[in-house]
Parts: sequence; C-alpha cells; structure tokens
Amino acid sequence: MLAYLDHAATTPVRPEAAEAMLPWLTGRYGNPSGAHAVARAARQAIEEARDELAAVLGCQPRELVFTSGGTESDNLAIAGVSGPVACSAIEHHAVLDPVRHRGGAVFALGDAPPADAELVSVMLVNNEVGTVQSLDDVDAPIVHTDAVQALPWLDVASAAARADLISVSAHKVGGPQGVGALVVREGVRVAPLLRGGGQERERRSGTQNVAGIVGFAAAVRACRAHPPDVAVMRDRLVAGLTSIEGCRTSVDLAGTVPGILSLVFDDVESEALLVLLDRAGVCASAAASCASGAMEASHVLRAFGVATGGALRLSLGWTTTDAEIDHALAVIPSAVAQLREHKNEMGGAA
Amino acid sequence: MSNVLVAMSGGVDSSVAAALLLDEGHEVTGCTMRLWGGESDTGCCSVADVDDARRVAQQLGIPHYVFDFGDDFQAGVVEPYVDAHAQGRTPNPCIECNRTVKFDRLLRRADALGFDAVATGHHARVTHDGRRWQLRRAIDGAKDQSYVLHMLDQATLARTLLPVGALTKADVRARAARLGLRTAAKPDSQDVCFITKGGRARFLSTRVALTPGRVVDVAGHEVGSVDAVELVTVGQRRGLGLGGAAAPRYVVGVDGATVVVGSRADLLVEQIELDALTWIDEPVSGEVLVQCSAHGRAHPATIDHDVARLHAPTTKVAPGQSVVLYRDDEVLGGGIAR
Repeated sequence: MLAYLDHAATTPVRPEAAEAMLPWLTGRYGNPSGAHAVARAARQAIEEARDELAAVLGCQPRELVFTSGGTESDNLAIAGVSGPVACSAIEHHAVLDPVRHRGGAVFALGDAPPADAELVSVMLVNNEVGTVQSLDDVDAPIVHTDAVQALPWLDVASAAARADLISVSAHKVGGPQGVGALVVREGVRVAPLLRGGGQERERRSGTQNVAGIVGFAAAVRACRAHPPDVAVMRDRLVAGLTSIEGCRTSVDLAGTVPGILSLVFDDVESEALLVLLDRAGVCASAAASCASGAMEASHVLRAFGVATGGALRLSLGWTTTDAEIDHALAVIPSAVAQLREHKNEMGGAA
Repeated sequence: MSNVLVAMSGGVDSSVAAALLLDEGHEVTGCTMRLWGGESDTGCCSVADVDDARRVAQQLGIPHYVFDFGDDFQAGVVEPYVDAHAQGRTPNPCIECNRTVKFDRLLRRADALGFDAVATGHHARVTHDGRRWQLRRAIDGAKDQSYVLHMLDQATLARTLLPVGALTKADVRARAARLGLRTAAKPDSQDVCFITKGGRARFLSTRVALTPGRVVDVAGHEVGSVDAVELVTVGQRRGLGLGGAAAPRYVVGVDGATVVVGSRADLLVEQIELDALTWIDEPVSGEVLVQCSAHGRAHPATIDHDVARLHAPTTKVAPGQSVVLYRDDEVLGGGIAR
C-alpha cells in the first residue's frame, strides 16, 4: 500500500492533461513562431490554452506569459521590475531568494511592507502550512502574488484580483512539470530574464513548450470540473493524528486550504520520521520539498512561531483516497511511537 | 540477513561496501550525511559527493536518504577542532567525527529507524571470536584506517560492518569498475573535509585570535618568530623563519607564545602520556604497539595505565594527536597525547 500525501510537491498528471498533451508529443508538432500551416496549428494550440487559462486567472490573454514553472515566474516578477522589492517572511524560496539577491526587504506577515518598495510580494497560499493570505491590505505600486499552491484550491481570479503579477505552475494542479505562467497586468513593465526570439511579447524568449502548455490548460479545466474533494479526508487525518500525545497542527486550520496539513510532533525529528514513513509506504515531506533531499529548518514555521523539530507536511490532492488516509493513520502513530521510545531509551535525539 | 544502513560518502569504498552487503543478501539502505555547509573542495562529504552517493544507490537499486547532521558536526568536530588549536594542540578531526557523528549520531539514528547495523567504507575489519568483538587492521596495510576507528567499543562493534576491510584497495576499485559504479576511478579523499583550498591557516584565522610568537632554541636564545603560535605543531620543520641553519631544527614544544626548536635528538621522547583513553574491550596493560598518526609506524611500548613507555626513544607526538594501541593487527584502544 502506498499513500501518496505529497501533492503540494507535485500532484499526479490528470488523465485529461496527458490525453491533451499526447498528440503534441507524437503526431503533432511545430514551432508556434513559424509562418506555415504546421506552425500555425501549434500557435493555435497555445493561444487557445492561453485564452482558457487567462479566463481562470482573471486576466486578458495578452497579459499571460508562459514560463518554465513557478520558480521562473517568481524570478521574472521580482527581477523584472525596477525599484526596491520586498516580500513577506513566509514566501517560497523562489521569491525570498531573488528578493534577497536584489537587496530587498523581508517583512513579517501582518507588518506593513517598507514604504519605498516598488514591488511587494505576498503569497496567496503558503506551500508549507496551507494558510491563505488576503491581498486586500497589501499596499504597493506593484503587488506580486505567488499563487502556485492556490490554483488547485481557490478561485484565483477573485482572490488575486488585487495583484499586478501572479505566478502559477502546471504541476501543482495536475499538469506536467516544467510549465508555468506569470500574469503581467497591462501597464506593468517587466524586463525579461530571457532574451532571444522575442516570444511571449518580448517578455520571455524561447520556443514555447506546446505540449506542456496544452496540458496545463487541460489540467486546470479538469481541476475546475472535478475539484479535489479532500476536506473530509484532511479532517480524518487531523482527528487521528492530533489525538497522538504531543501532536498538533502547525497553524489554525480555519484559514488554510484543505489540501495542505502541517503537523508538529514533540520529541520527534522530521528527518527520521520521513524515513520510517517512506519505508512503510507513506510519501510525505517535512516542510517544503527541497532539491538536496536534506531537511533544513523551515523559515515558514519559524515565521509562524513553530518549533521546527518535528514538522510533517501531509498534502492531499485529486487522487487521494480513503484507503490512503487509513494507511497513513495506521503508519504514522506507530512511527512516532518508535522514534520516541528510542529517544527515551538512548536519552538523546535520534 | 539483516537490515543494514550504509553510510555512503560518495567515494568508491562506501559504494563497494553497499554492493558487497547486497551480495551477502542483506537488506541495504544508503544514506549520506550532510555535515559541513561551508565551502569545501576536498574531503569526503561535499555536496557533489551527495550526488555521487545517490547515483550509486540508484545503480544498486537501494533507497538513499540524506541526513543533515550539520549541527552535530559543528558541535562535535569543528568547534573542538578550533578550540584545540586555540589551546596549542593539534587535534584529529576525522577521529572526532567518527566518535561523535558516524558512530554515535548516525548509529542512534539507525537504531531508531530499526536498522540492525551500520556499515561504512572504512578499511578495517570487525571480527568476533565467539565471545568478544575485535577491531583489526585492514587486509590492505597501506590503506588501513583502523587508527581512526580506535574509539569503537563492544556495543558499537556489535552493530558495525566494515565490508571493504577484507579487500585491497585495488580489489575495491576493480569491483566498482566491474559493477560500472561511477565512483570506480574517483580519487581518494585526502584532507580534512571542512578545510578549503586556503588551508588550515585561513580556516583558523577567521575563528581564533592568532598570536605572534618568539622562536627560541633549547638554550633559550631567540632565533626567529612566527605569525601564529596556534598554527605551530610539534615536530614541524618549516615556516619558522629560521633561515639557513646548519642542521635542521624542529619544534620540540610550544609554551604560551614561545616556540622552542631543537635538533632531531631533542624531539625524542621515551614515553607518551595519554588522556581520554578508550578501550575496544577491557583495559590492557603490558606489551603493545603504539601508532601516533593515521599511517605512521607502530612502535613497541609498554602500557601502564595512562602512560606508554616506549622501548626505543621515538619522535615526540604533538599534544592533541590520537595515539592508538595495537597488539599484532588488533586495535586495543587509544587516547589523546597530553
């Protein structure tokens, strides 16, 4: 039995997305920038996808720039504007690091951003704990929001209506990895990161990932037609796991999306817990998933005032079943007990 | 068959250790410890080495995990290394890493995760005579690493596997090549993993206050100076600003900010006093061999409590260095030169 509870890292590709992509990986092809029939067909495919995604994101099609994913979209937004930048302390590293790289400010959520900031970035849904941030009170000439984790759960068009720049990614919503988009509202100037053929209205050069873009749109369509229905399953996890002594949710669940559940366990190290869960067929993560595979103290949990030691993120998605929840509920308590028992025996951390 | 966690450094020895354990029918899981977050271009645990370890694990078809023991490494290895230098001692950080990280922190992690044993790619052998565990030199004498493992005890040895100790290094490389492991031709790690190209001096200069010192001969005459007494090691010959003296002169002692130099004869001692002695099994007295560096010669001596009386005068050991006691090819224990 495998319980895949890491949908916030990546969620399985929706069959509708795979089906939509397949022709563009097999019989159909063409460079969308070309001047002949084959190229025009590819162009049509990405423009139809653009129309569809623009409607979902509440923007004009010409305001949507396709990128290689959420990280590129965030970097394009932060690096592309002139003037000082700032972001909240709970941002994904794809925002935090470019902001720091530019010498920008990082402010605590709830504090006012620096008055001189030209761009302020506040994420719509946090990737580690699932909290939804309102953009209503974000005051800056240019507001950017990382909506990567919001797309499967919220109506981004209304939740991010206030934003001038919106980052999204396909693989969090059932599309393929390696495709994303940045909404750039009319009148906002964003200098390109990639220069070359001038695709995407000079904002992102490089031949578009036609299959990926088509899959992105199909995934979003499927997600809206059949939204992941996980709230009841999430609540079962909460009830089952918070009944373990020394286990609590990292944040108040009232303000979170149903797909992301962050828990903290006293006297347990995340790194060891994840190994036991992996060996028992439960795929989870400590906080965010990071490239090295090692765990680092989470800046997000620190920002929410949580001790980072025993953090566990369980994230649910469109394929999550009751059987997976049952499996997780059978495995996690005994794994926690095993680590604690050992810690007590050895009188030290394991 | 048992359930074994192999510490994979990304080098050829631990790669082959994992392969050998699989051949023996064990259930094998690989792990790589992230120990040092700073810049490093040498040593056994750099970030690129994590990639090599992971790729080897993929080739072998075993799970692989990364454990971040950076805090433990800082507290158990780097800080004591810096402190020892500040006190004018010459520590051996690889031994402290084995003592506090590989055979303590990692072993506890392995226990908690339900593994029966931890394996590493060290060249040494663990044997059992039906009653007690022994730690012995590797088959390949030139690659023997039993010196850096002398702190292991019976409880630890019972849960430790050192599969490559029974192979020569050439056999290890041949085996890796036969399996097509990407680490087959990778050079051996050489230096302390957290010391970068700038060397020990640069590393320490940002972490301890370096004190200029006088250099005097054994009669007390000032003969030179050094920039940093903390970087001077007993036995050292170069970098003392002595110019072209007729006979080579060696550091025979460091006393506060004064470095004493003398002839080779002045460096000879007849006994070594040991601190922090540990034993593989019961404490031993009587005839032993003492080895004072990782690949140094073993000298006959008589051990009496914490004093090793050398049978023939031997070059003085820098304070802080580990001194390991052997009988034939068996490690008895070891301590730190006072």
